[in-house]
Amino acid sequence: MSKYHVLQDVKDCIGCRACEVHCKEKNSSGPGVYNCKMVEVVAPAGKKMRVDYVYLSCFHCKKPWCVDACPTGAMRQRDEDGIVYVEGASCVGCKACITACPWTVPQWNPETGKVEKCDLCKDRIDAGLEPACVTKCTTGCLTFTTPAKASQASRQAFAERIMKHRR
Amino acid sequence: MAEMKHTICGMCAVRCPITVHVENGRPVWLEGNANDAAMGKSLCAKGGATFAQRDDKQRPLGPLLRMGKRGEGQWREVSWDEAFSFITSKLEGIIAEHGGRAVMMSDRGGPFADLRQAFMKAIGSPNYMNHDCTCGRNTHHASRSVYGMGRKDFAYDYENARHIVLFGRNITESLRVKEVKSVLKGLKNGAHLTYIDPRFSVTAGKATRYWQIKPGTDYALLLAIAHVVVDKGYYDAEFVERYVTGLDEFRTFLGPYTPEWAEKETGIKAKDIEAFCFQINEDRPKVIFHPGWMYTRYRDSFYASRMLHILNALMGSIEQKGGLFYVKGAKDAGKKGLKSIAGSIPAVKEERADGCGSRYPYFDTSGGMLHLAFDALDKADPYPIKAYFIHRHNPLIALPDPVEQRRILDKLDLIVSVDVNYSESAWYADVILPENTYLERGDILRMEKGLKPGFGRRQQCVVPLNNTKAGWEIYLELARRLGKEEYLPFKTLEDIWAFQLQDTDVSIEDFDAKGFVKLSQDAIWYDRDKLSFGTESGKIELFNQKLESQGVPSFIPYTAPEEAPAGSFRLLYGRCGYQAHGQHQNNPILSQLLDENHLWIHPEPAAELGIKEGDLVEVSSGDVTGHIRARVTNMIHPEAVFMLHGFGTQVPLQKRALNKGLADQIFMQGKLTDWDKAGGGVNICQSFVTIKPAVSQELK
Repeated sequence: MSKYHVLQDVKDCIGCRACEVHCKEKNSSGPGVYNCKMVEVVAPAGKKMRVDYVYLSCFHCKKPWCVDACPTGAMRQRDEDGIVYVEGASCVGCKACITACPWTVPQWNPETGKVEKCDLCKDRIDAGLEPACVTKCTTGCLTFTTPAKASQASRQAFAERIMKHRR
Repeated sequence: MAEMKHTICGMCAVRCPITVHVENGRPVWLEGNANDAAMGKSLCAKGGATFAQRDDKQRPLGPLLRMGKRGEGQWREVSWDEAFSFITSKLEGIIAEHGGRAVMMSDRGGPFADLRQAFMKAIGSPNYMNHDCTCGRNTHHASRSVYGMGRKDFAYDYENARHIVLFGRNITESLRVKEVKSVLKGLKNGAHLTYIDPRFSVTAGKATRYWQIKPGTDYALLLAIAHVVVDKGYYDAEFVERYVTGLDEFRTFLGPYTPEWAEKETGIKAKDIEAFCFQINEDRPKVIFHPGWMYTRYRDSFYASRMLHILNALMGSIEQKGGLFYVKGAKDAGKKGLKSIAGSIPAVKEERADGCGSRYPYFDTSGGMLHLAFDALDKADPYPIKAYFIHRHNPLIALPDPVEQRRILDKLDLIVSVDVNYSESAWYADVILPENTYLERGDILRMEKGLKPGFGRRQQCVVPLNNTKAGWEIYLELARRLGKEEYLPFKTLEDIWAFQLQDTDVSIEDFDAKGFVKLSQDAIWYDRDKLSFGTESGKIELFNQKLESQGVPSFIPYTAPEEAPAGSFRLLYGRCGYQAHGQHQNNPILSQLLDENHLWIHPEPAAELGIKEGDLVEVSSGDVTGHIRARVTNMIHPEAVFMLHGFGTQVPLQKRALNKGLADQIFMQGKLTDWDKAGGGVNICQSFVTIKPAVSQELK
């Protein structure tokens, strides 16, 4: 898995889909391609009404099925940080990666006949910036972090709640 | 290296501060203007689709002159010179015969309207209107009736609130970036959020209390809330004693409106209303009753909004952290404001065609009432109207009944549309003058009122890709050709900026660093012991004698809404966070997010009608029928159906959006004249439709 983690605070997400648009704009992704996607989930009938939006992108696995499945070496993983990305020039559009991924994450661009996927805006990361979706999230519900930092932040917040309610 | 330019977004009417990075003349990155801490780098989906709009070729790319009949879509591309000559020669004839008053304009409105108002004054017309008759007019007039001040003279400190109450003010979807961030901060700080709407919107999902109210009964619920608040003394007695008049009359009026009574009308349990009132009493004064945004829904929305305004006063939440505050202007900072262009032109003495200020003395004349102007146009009463400028407004989808509107529009000799996009209304015009996309144009400077007042600037960041012009260029040139240059003696936008800034100690270069200039570094709060209001008494008037004398009662008894005829549903509509006012359904990116809207229908009536999730259904009202797919969900009240607004465009050149989904306004036959006599707004949620499964499951 890549050393990075995009954390979503579902409570603060309003399902406005700005993340999808910022991604599409930044990466000029093809029609119907969503490298990140806001998934709407609604409470089943009979339960208290509820709607949540869950941010789903690529997990950037440690041992990515897509990379193993790719016959041309187009699907790759960066040594330095584990980002899984596709090199468009080498993609032949066989869709093996789409089939192999347990979450069907790689996206199909019908115009180019090739696959696209989230690369965490690695050009921005290399320039010391954060992915487009995180940078411009309408409410700030997305955080670009690492699993260790996310864990620490969550524990810190929990500990502070204890302090707040201490008599 | 990219150059960073600060400007103001133009994708919707919120107009957020943004920053664009330009590299070799190309815009390469866009984000919120982080110099404004409340904004940060945040940008909504519409703003995110800015470059896509600029690159899109499915919009007017040069001036167009109508060839065939109106609405037929036969256009001839003409030069700007020919377009201007055509318009000026028509206008000269009209003005010579009927006077300048025969020209009207409906404008989207907003902070850059001063120049358009100046243009109308320069040609001698009093008939400038904004879009507000289907938006905030009831709330605005309700605010004036209680505070003697407009709805925008107050703003809301959500971040520090303890309780936010929203009657259908769908803050997460009818989206203002800074506002929604502030509300979410408030919730993180532990604020309660009570949300009332027949539809469970995304905002309902964030609420600590959600009431799925029977549609059309907001006023009943508000009467009961006010009843409990007054009856139990759940109000700020000190504030009320000092600043509020008319409480005794109000108390008497509220007598019959108990929670038990309201339960029967609204479907909200009496004990829940009591519990809510108990809670706001604990939470006050940091309680915000949002008085409504687009609150032109039912025939009593003006009175519902009055209740909301009154409740804020009873909570004592005025000029209060966590409550409402007066928006401060230049004067409050001890500075001079922007010089008004329109204000420098002599007043037009003619009566307004819509009757605001004359037949309707209690209506604000600054924004007018478009539906009343349509009526004047139809009847040539009080005088003939012959020409209509539509500036970035789309009345054919914003107001009800496009068939009736077209019949009335056909009485005009000239319709000019100034817009970035093809709209239904532009398509019906005689001339389309395409405006530059907002990154390609500057605008006049805007006043930014608030706790820290200032000025803001939209500047041109990139060159226009097509044969389009900025709005200011269009109106200056038209004024010049009509011989009105003396009133608009400017050649460039810089000339206008210099005029606006002449009495201030701000120079235009001061905007370069941050995109805006603050006139006060500190938040300005008034002394709560010395508040004053714009009413005749200077107090908050629950009973407004002046309005009463003009025939508008301060309190009206409750009348239950018209029940939906058997087998019919009340038609409700609304917005999602990634579209606004039907402007971007054809945007290359945004059209991908949702290409057609759906009809929300409750599972119980859906089962009775044999309608399942995803089924194609037929929606009918009178002789109008349309098809749309059903979303079967308990998130809509059983008596209503709901659809997102702005879909079902009929403009052929909007190829991505053409005929996708269904438009709500086509089912509102006869509703152009169904309006609130007290508040002025058009009642847009008063139409009923019948629903049945479509015979064929193929979209027609």
